[in-house]
Amino acid sequence: MPEVLKAPLVVEFPFTRSLGPVQSAFLTGLRERVVLGVRTTDGRTLVPPVEYDPVTAEEIRDLVEVATTGTVTTWAWNHEPRRGQPLGTPFAWVLVRLDGADTALLHALDAPGPDTVHTGMRVRVRWAADRAGAITDIACFEPYDGDPARPAGHSGRFEDPVTGIVAPARLDYTYSPGRAQSAYITALSDRRTVGERCPSCRKVYVPPRGACPTCGVPTAEQVEVGPRGTVTTFCIVNIKARNLDIEVPYVYAHIALDGADLALHGRIGGIPYDQVRMGLRVEPVWTEGARYPDHYRPTGEPDGDYDTYRELL
Amino acid sequence: MTRQASAGIRDIAVVAFAQTGHRRTSDDLSEVEMLMPVLHEVLDRTGLKTSDIGFTCSGSSDYLAGRAFSFTLALDGVGAWPPISESHVEMDGAWALYEAWTKLLTGDADTALVYAYGKSSPGPLRDVLTRQLDPYYVAPLWPDSVALAALQAQALIDAGDTDEAALAAIAARSRSDATANPHAQLRGPIPHGEPLVRPLRTGDCPPVGDGAAAVILAAGERARELCARPAWIRGVDHRIEAHSLGVRDLTDSPSARLAAERAGAFERPVDTAELHAPFTSQEVVLRKALKLGDHVRVNPSGGALAANPVMAAGLVRVGEAAARIHRGESDRALAHATSGPCLQQNLVAVLEGDPR
Ligand SMILES: [Zn+2]
Repeated sequence: MPEVLKAPLVVEFPFTRSLGPVQSAFLTGLRERVVLGVRTTDGRTLVPPVEYDPVTAEEIRDLVEVATTGTVTTWAWNHEPRRGQPLGTPFAWVLVRLDGADTALLHALDAPGPDTVHTGMRVRVRWAADRAGAITDIACFEPYDGDPARPAGHSGRFEDPVTGIVAPARLDYTYSPGRAQSAYITALSDRRTVGERCPSCRKVYVPPRGACPTCGVPTAEQVEVGPRGTVTTFCIVNIKARNLDIEVPYVYAHIALDGADLALHGRIGGIPYDQVRMGLRVEPVWTEGARYPDHYRPTGEPDGDYDTYRELL
Repeated sequence: MTRQASAGIRDIAVVAFAQTGHRRTSDDLSEVEMLMPVLHEVLDRTGLKTSDIGFTCSGSSDYLAGRAFSFTLALDGVGAWPPISESHVEMDGAWALYEAWTKLLTGDADTALVYAYGKSSPGPLRDVLTRQLDPYYVAPLWPDSVALAALQAQALIDAGDTDEAALAAIAARSRSDATANPHAQLRGPIPHGEPLVRPLRTGDCPPVGDGAAAVILAAGERARELCARPAWIRGVDHRIEAHSLGVRDLTDSPSARLAAERAGAFERPVDTAELHAPFTSQEVVLRKALKLGDHVRVNPSGGALAANPVMAAGLVRVGEAAARIHRGESDRALAHATSGPCLQQNLVAVLEGDPR
């Protein structure tokens, strides 16, 4: 068995999210060092505030300021902070019920060690130096032994409310393509295209994915196909893709390599874009050091007959 | 929905179950390559072919391995071309089973194939799972899955519901039971380990690994033809806690209790319970919420502490419970699946064998 191929795969995206009126007021409040809750019709104050009562599902909009001091309701000691977490040094995760609130807020507590943390301990908000209207405007909580802070009775209305957040997310994976695709990629590095034949229906899949989608059985028998093939269908690309240094217009085509029962796709070069046609016979063009063909070009053979590729459209 | 109490509703059973050996990594296999042997095994148990299956439903999440639309590639393994009647949930396979059961209840199909798979090894699972959290107030803090479970564990300890020694005993019992389960990833004596996020130690946490599972459902007489002792599904229900952790009483699970009640679990005692409790502390919550007495055999498979292929582990609970009925080791079993932080979502199924 060839060695397991692996490559780093980073999935990174900034989610842009709009806020409802209650979320907007809460996050704008954090920017202004004010913590707001929302009052339910039965008189509970929810912090962090939500737009709908979690018990009755009623729409709730009655904002009320609560204190920046509170009590830990449960905690967990995190001795190895992970990327993106509020503190880079060991800290306690805490649920904190702020004074004036009936529910608890999740955040980090900056404390010297687990022996200094307990349920019921008093804490207060430590504000971030730069605040933009996000939950991270609270840098963390810190131990506090003074009197409860007194909220000033903020109305919840602000001059310049935040209306959305941008939440960046990044996850780092190690991609491995599995048995069939590893064999395909390994063969490609020798400039050979190797598909796999279904033991049941005898179709040759290129690239192979390890299973026949018609029969639902593993494919295993390796079959070298090509290098020449036939254009089964194509499109003309008129919009330049970002980070892709290819002049437009160009042709992107489905190509049935000789011996394959599935068309793969590739760019067609070496011929004016408006002369590419179904049935055109092509061959791969490799560039130095490349791991896959750069593009396909005409072989000069007569066009393939429609009946030779109609099943592969 | 959900108890099939009234007359005229079809009897539907789990007639076969198969699962992979669950392991730390499966980087030599793609998802479909990992899944396919399980699909063939479960079909072989009934003698059915893919083309005999009336409805196919799967559960998986692309976030685990970072592969977009991986579930469409996995479909190659069931022979999905020409098109079959098929559906997918971005949830644990137990919810795919719920959908398939509902489909069979409508009479649209007589048999269903349900499968689920998860490859946690390519990604940082603890961080990946933060992406399912409230995106406004919680996800920006990246609280990982172990940290959130640890907050729940501490709440239980503070309430006097458990202590670290009792949690360690749950871990030891689970992995000891798993010695009889050839599919388990962690079995036998395992050191309880260092604190991961205190109060949880490594031994309180599930192994991270890859795996897949599949079951076949069949209705009425078809079930009796396919299985000597079908595991009849008497009810399935799914309930959810409020999504804000600070609103919840983390020491209890009213949603699990309600799901069990609606699924009919409290009508008669069960002899077996397969609980999807990835953390030791969550078994404490579930035993209380589901009113499981000492006479109930809990997680004879070793449970999620022995193997927790994310997205398949809940379906494995249903499969393990059904398999005990198939083997005559249980007459009435409860299967539970969870999803989300601190047992946020809970599904309960009640299974019964024919009287002996
Ligand atoms: Zn085939």
